[in-house]
Amino acid sequence: MNALDVLLWVVAPYVALTVFVLGHVWRYRYDKFGWTTRSSQMYESRLLRIGSPLFHFGILVVALGHIGGLVIPKSWTEAAGISEEAYHLVAVVLGTIAGVATLGGIAILIYRRRTVGPVFTATTRNDKLMYAVLAVTIVLGLVATVMANIVGGGYDYRTTISPWFRSIFYFQPDPALMAGAPLLFQLHALSALLLFAIWPFTRLVHMLTAPVGYLTRPYVVYRSRDEQRAGTRAPRRGWEPTSR
Amino acid sequence: MRVMAQLAMVMNLDKCIGCHTCSVTCKQAWTNRAGTEYVWFNNVETRPGQGYPRTYQDQEKWKGGWELNARGRLKLKAGGRLKKLFSIFANPLMPSIQDYYEPWTYDYDRLFSAPMQADTPVARPRSLITGEPTKISWSANWDDNLAGAPELAPSDPVLRKVSDQVTLSFEQAFMFYLPRICEHCLNPSCVSSCPSGAMYKRSEDGIVLVDQDRCRGWRMCVTGCPYKKVYFNHRTGKAEKCTFCFPRVEVGLPTVCSETCVGRLRYIGIILYDADRVTEAASVADDRALYEAQKSVMLDPHDPAVIAAARAEGIPEDWLEAARRSPIHKLIFEFGVALPLHPEYRTMPMVWYIPPLSPVVDVLAETGHDGEDAGNLFGAIDALRIPIGYLAELFTAGDPEPVRGVLRRLAAMRSYMRRLNLGQKADESIAAAVGMTGEGIEAMHRLLAIAPYGERYVIPKAHAEQGAQLEELATGCSLDYDGGPGMGGPFGEASGRPAPIAVENFHALRERQAGDDIDDAHELRGRVNLLNWDGKGTPDGLFPKNGKKES
Repeated sequence: MNALDVLLWVVAPYVALTVFVLGHVWRYRYDKFGWTTRSSQMYESRLLRIGSPLFHFGILVVALGHIGGLVIPKSWTEAAGISEEAYHLVAVVLGTIAGVATLGGIAILIYRRRTVGPVFTATTRNDKLMYAVLAVTIVLGLVATVMANIVGGGYDYRTTISPWFRSIFYFQPDPALMAGAPLLFQLHALSALLLFAIWPFTRLVHMLTAPVGYLTRPYVVYRSRDEQRAGTRAPRRGWEPTSR
Repeated sequence: MRVMAQLAMVMNLDKCIGCHTCSVTCKQAWTNRAGTEYVWFNNVETRPGQGYPRTYQDQEKWKGGWELNARGRLKLKAGGRLKKLFSIFANPLMPSIQDYYEPWTYDYDRLFSAPMQADTPVARPRSLITGEPTKISWSANWDDNLAGAPELAPSDPVLRKVSDQVTLSFEQAFMFYLPRICEHCLNPSCVSSCPSGAMYKRSEDGIVLVDQDRCRGWRMCVTGCPYKKVYFNHRTGKAEKCTFCFPRVEVGLPTVCSETCVGRLRYIGIILYDADRVTEAASVADDRALYEAQKSVMLDPHDPAVIAAARAEGIPEDWLEAARRSPIHKLIFEFGVALPLHPEYRTMPMVWYIPPLSPVVDVLAETGHDGEDAGNLFGAIDALRIPIGYLAELFTAGDPEPVRGVLRRLAAMRSYMRRLNLGQKADESIAAAVGMTGEGIEAMHRLLAIAPYGERYVIPKAHAEQGAQLEELATGCSLDYDGGPGMGGPFGEASGRPAPIAVENFHALRERQAGDDIDDAHELRGRVNLLNWDGKGTPDGLFPKNGKKES
């Protein structure tokens, strides 16, 4: 275990996580107005109707897969009677399908962004950086899975990467676990850390406000002028009321 | 009974001359910013015509508003909550910019920068979406005054309902204007469609607003609104809509569109309604019963039981007084001449219309008959199937009887008042034929024809004790413009805090007056401050300063 390992697998994750959490808090306080999907559907919807659901549903499955693989310890699934082979088969098959859908989706979306004039005009530098990091992360993740499991003989990340991932959250980081992982997995993890670090400053913030509350809310929302103050920011300038 | 107050509007279509002053002043006040170039919170469309956006009334295509499900309960026509969430990544029912129109500007700079040449330089149109030279082929009122009607009007969804075989030959055409703003519905389907809960109905006055800090740009409100009066600002990624000029009505001024209406055809007032009965009334089985159902939800402000219930709900006394003086209540109930726009959408719209008698009068005049004679008018109202059917499709879900009733009352007023103007004896029989009295007809004439300012607009002010909560200081409004105080955030165009309206207006006004740019996007910053204009004098910046008189 050398200094580089500590830097990459201890320092970097904590920096990324801190930026992710504090960045969101800061952005939510400072920039509620900018907290939006900034949809470009008005400009073009033919490609979007294929690419966007493909990407989003794909990435949702991928995210669920990551939770299953990284958060749930191997001992738990084995205790539940799921053998390593069965887990591995499901993970590789589902993961590859979802990964390909995600990659295809983002490919369509990036192609659309570049070739449809109004969409390209509405693309900021911030967006371009985000797309690059996101695409690289997805490609690396997919390539790592395919190389290790389909081309190669299989790699059980649940004995190395997963414990490392969990060790970060109970504040006993073990960089040695990650230092021994294949290069592609390491690169995937690093690009993911970069993605989490820039996340709060990009349009990806819309994910954190996914509108699940809509399922239980009454249809028509009434709000009083009084209540409008709650939930929205205080006035920046002008007089302050003496009583609230 | 849960009494709520609602600001409502009535427009008298007979007086609309289609001048678009309301649209232009509204745009100046609210939507002359980047991302809202295509947006008209107020638009005036010629009927028959496709409307704006094109064919928005075709709910089989756009799926706006509510419908009844198999069990007779209200459901959003575009689908319930789960379906909405599953189609959130690409809304299949959202109009594209081409369904509205592609906004443009002109390359004015060429007029100044072109080198000396044989031909006069021309300012060519450029798309404000792509920035490229464009060919203008559609706009918010492209079919104004039936322009292109033989090709365009057959696609009017309302006309298609009336008859498959309407000839639109010039001689047989009828025409009127329909100014439209947000309906500020009692049962708003846009609010119900918003996944984020960013849209809300203000409980004090019923104005439907978008909280710009909570909107995440999921775009479901655009689909939900059957009138297509919620718009997506494609630069900020947020929904925007008509605000009923809340900063003005809070201080008792009418909306900009009403204030500047040349024909004085708009009326604003308070309606009291029973919020507990809205869903029930919006769920009646028969589309044609919805007009009466909506009327039944509205309460009589003179009824002591209603007054007591309203007081219990904390509605201030001056609001109750305004409700008793409300021109809206008079036009809907006392005179019975106002009708809702498309009640069959089941949203309980609160901008109502007095249908125009002019299509009927025009036909009479063309055939050489006296267009002001009660007998002729009554006969024509009964005989003219297509104009009446068309109005009925707009205002009463296709039931011609209420429309006939309104038109007969308007016709009676016309004949009755003509006799008085010509110094003849008042003819009570004309009034009696439409179930009114001569006195009632004169009162209606005063409100409709003379239309004194103080009777057209009965707007109670927001309360002083609520002053701290007035919107202007409290919440974000959508008035951010490119490079303006709210657009300079660190994450590009949409980020950062929006400025309060007054501050933003002040900056815009100053930039417009001091700026050198006339030809590029910066032009959009400039605006005339109509928001604070009280209707007297001319607002700063409306007309160029006269060089000679400038001191």
